[in-house]
Amino acid sequence: MAVPVDITAAKQIGAGLATIAFVGSGIGIGVVFGNYISGALRNPGAASSQFTNLYIGYALCELQGLFGLLIALILLFT
Amino acid sequence: MAINPMEQFTVKPLIPIHIGHYDISFTNQSLWMVIVVVSLSLFLTLAVSKGRIVPTRAQSLAELSYEFIGGMIDMTAGPAGLKYFPLIFTIFMFILFCNGFGLLPIAFTVTSQIAITFALTALVIVTAIVTGFARHGLGFFRLFVIKAPLIIVIPMALLEFISFCARPLSLSMRLFANMLAGHTMLKVMAGFVIALGTAGGAYTLLAAAPEALIVGLTALEFLVAFLQAYVFAILSCIYLSEALHLHDNH
Repeated sequence: MAVPVDITAAKQIGAGLATIAFVGSGIGIGVVFGNYISGALRNPGAASSQFTNLYIGYALCELQGLFGLLIALILLFT
Repeated sequence: MAINPMEQFTVKPLIPIHIGHYDISFTNQSLWMVIVVVSLSLFLTLAVSKGRIVPTRAQSLAELSYEFIGGMIDMTAGPAGLKYFPLIFTIFMFILFCNGFGLLPIAFTVTSQIAITFALTALVIVTAIVTGFARHGLGFFRLFVIKAPLIIVIPMALLEFISFCARPLSLSMRLFANMLAGHTMLKVMAGFVIALGTAGGAYTLLAAAPEALIVGLTALEFLVAFLQAYVFAILSCIYLSEALHLHDNH
């Protein structure tokens, strides 16, 4: 039996599912900034020296979510 | 009323130019890049042209950005990296101004086009690779090798190589997707305001809620605009630093 498949609907559902990637991204950014602040409160003297590492960690975490967005955009616009 | 939040990213030709099969029209994107470069050059030139001992606001802003990037390169790549100051400074200021100008209500965000961000990334990556080979010759491949037993070195080298190849994609994707997502979000919220505002009755008053949210989100977008320029510049510094020093400490 042939099942009629509406590819557009599947694409839209897939695009919605792809945004789940931001869950991980959010958790990651929370961990990065949370640990930075708790470390900075324990040792305020060393805080400014780790500023670069903080933003590198933030950028790497955020990127994982953005890959999900990329997949969603590819699904929606191709 | 249907509002397409992606419509703002359409590249429209302003002056159509076709040479052979190639479309090299002067588009709204080119126009905004010209505006960015002109205003950036004017700002940096005029701000320091007098060279006062006690700086004006504009002069201290220009000096601050200069020292900020200088300090960043010195911290990540060491004194040897200061040779690349012009590259990093230009990229940082260009991205910062593109992101900033993009937040003007009628403006076109240049950095929301993957073509632009990828071109900037390619510039950085090619510079890093050329630097690496010029400085270390074939020893540049030591970048992929860590000090460990052989059984770990081989899969690790493969992983390092894949991660090296993914860098251009990740660097350009980050800037592009951030700008795209931020501006789409603002437009979606603006769509709420229009939908509620034109609905009539009590709904019109409710339109103030998404409107207030837009103000907050715009403030957040200014932070993101700076942060993404900063992240792009610092990752460029790190890639150049790896090409300069491999894994050695400097």
